[in-house]
Amino acid sequence: MSRGSKDRMIAILMLSPSVVLLAIFVYGFIGSTAYMSLTNLSTQMQLSEQLRKAQEKFIGLGNYNSFMTSPLDSRFRIGFVNTLFFTLLFILVCLVVGLLLAILLDQKIKGESIFRTIFLFPMALSFVVTGVVWRWLFNQNSGINLLPTLVGFPAGTFAWHTSQDQILQFDWVNFPIIVSILVVVIVVLPSLWYIVRQRSRIAMFILALALLANTYLLLIAAPGLRSAMVRPETHGFNLALLAVVLAAGWQMSGYTMAMYLAGLRGISEELREAARVDGCTEFGVYRRIIFPLLAPITLSAIIILGHISLKIFDLVYSMGGGDLLSIDMPGMFMWFETYRGFLPARGAAVAIIMLLLVAVVIIPYLWSSLRGEPENE
Amino acid sequence: MSSSAPALPKTIAAEGRAPGFLNNVRWGQLLIYAVLIIFSLAFLLPVYMVLLTSIKSTAEVDISSMWEFPRQIQFDSFRLAFDQLKIGLGNSLSLVIPGTVISAVLGSINGYVLSKWKFPGANIIFPLMLFGMFIPYQAIIIPLVQFLRTVSLYNSIPGLVLCHVVYGLPITTLIFRNYYSEVPDEMLEAGAIDGAGFFGLYWWIVLPISLPGFVVVIIWQFTQIWNEFLFGVTIAQGTPTVTVALQNLSGSQIVQWNVQMAAAFLAALPTLLVYILLGRYFIRGLLAGSIKG
Repeated sequence: MSRGSKDRMIAILMLSPSVVLLAIFVYGFIGSTAYMSLTNLSTQMQLSEQLRKAQEKFIGLGNYNSFMTSPLDSRFRIGFVNTLFFTLLFILVCLVVGLLLAILLDQKIKGESIFRTIFLFPMALSFVVTGVVWRWLFNQNSGINLLPTLVGFPAGTFAWHTSQDQILQFDWVNFPIIVSILVVVIVVLPSLWYIVRQRSRIAMFILALALLANTYLLLIAAPGLRSAMVRPETHGFNLALLAVVLAAGWQMSGYTMAMYLAGLRGISEELREAARVDGCTEFGVYRRIIFPLLAPITLSAIIILGHISLKIFDLVYSMGGGDLLSIDMPGMFMWFETYRGFLPARGAAVAIIMLLLVAVVIIPYLWSSLRGEPENE
Repeated sequence: MSSSAPALPKTIAAEGRAPGFLNNVRWGQLLIYAVLIIFSLAFLLPVYMVLLTSIKSTAEVDISSMWEFPRQIQFDSFRLAFDQLKIGLGNSLSLVIPGTVISAVLGSINGYVLSKWKFPGANIIFPLMLFGMFIPYQAIIIPLVQFLRTVSLYNSIPGLVLCHVVYGLPITTLIFRNYYSEVPDEMLEAGAIDGAGFFGLYWWIVLPISLPGFVVVIIWQFTQIWNEFLFGVTIAQGTPTVTVALQNLSGSQIVQWNVQMAAAFLAALPTLLVYILLGRYFIRGLLAGSIKG
């Protein structure tokens, strides 16, 4: 481009305030949180500033070890297991409902924009509003449980977000083994498929990472946990999470619908027609043409929804999560440790674990989204 | 919102009454409408419940008759809810306006630089900026509070504005960068030949065509800032935003459900109105969040 170098300097100068702000507020603060997580900093009121400083010391991975093994820190593990179950189920609900609604709306129906508006409006609300409203609907003796009585059935009895029931129970010492099996099913097998079918280099990279993670889980984490846990500790899928999934799914399914609908609108009618001419049934058109074309959108949706659910805080908070361990999440635990327990070092350690979980899905996503862009100049 | 739902079955009924209906009916189509209507009712159910509970008097709010229509409609709960939310609504309003405007302006300039003045290293800086919109804010909030305390912005609206501007920069920059990427470089070249520099090109060529970009960004930031909770509850308990006020109100066990529901409705109303009136732009912002939108 023929524009002058003086103006180029001005351009960089105009961008620099934002870059500096983000460098400090994102990376500087993350660094500071990471350092804090390696200390035993406490901000309890009784301690004077000096005493606090004197007591503060570097304890390495002590906070993290304590979360994984200490009998006193089972609340962290409950939240951690809850997040994983919640994330899986929440993504599944949003994908299935979103895809179904998008396909139905793509059938050239009347009133499409009205339906679209209805399915998307919860996205405009705050998670706090959603939490307050659904907590009222989840009242055990009322709300949703009363709906069956309107058509003559007996009232439901499920306690929703206050339920204490748990299924799929397992002992915490087996957690690394369960995760490694899931890694094989969810990551290793699909990436093998992609490597064989498309010789994808990203898939090879992901496969290498997954195998590395599994080696760590099986050879280091599993035996370590077995020797560190003093007594068995049962975890599992808390049915109370179904309430959170329903509320969050209500709010976010419209988002996946919008993504899928945008994708469907990008598939030309000629392509579908060509497939029909070649003898595809309507179902075959979807299976062979449309679903494969929607696969990248599914991946984007999984990543966007996944990072939302891994850091979820406000919805659980407003559903009364502070008192309900069965729907506790790391985001809640972090906040209560830091601002109610006055133990910011431990809060920082939770935050870093959350950041790592999010980074694992977001960094490859950012990398692959921006990699394909052409460079001007 | 809720008034649009009952209108739907009517259109289908009208179709049904057309002559020859039974001969050329497409049952597949009917099934599609049936599923869509069932989902619509399910999506609108909470809205119906909010409105139904809000118009009940305190005496009539009873969990066993939750779905029953009140004998007497009243709007006192809205007045009571407004009294309790007033401060929060005011705080959110004085937060959302500067927060939205500043982050939109900065995003526009950043997007202009990153799309039209590419410099060596821009392709590294941009993803590093974007990462900021995905991080869990828990990972920065402890140092953030310490920082705000040292600069005396803790527990204040300006402090919150600062947070929302900074952490809003990645998404506003992204939306404007993608938007300006569609502007052909030739338009700027022509301006450059006429002697316009960095600011001249922005002012005379880029800014006049930026309106749709600004609408998308402003709607997005408005919704985000209005609905945000973590910063509000951590940084500014003393100056509660509307979501914090709503949570405080519903967290205290003494407030009646009709008032809680009316409060939820009032807190949701501004973003809901924006969505209904400008939904098209809202969706664009939504899809921009998935980077390539």
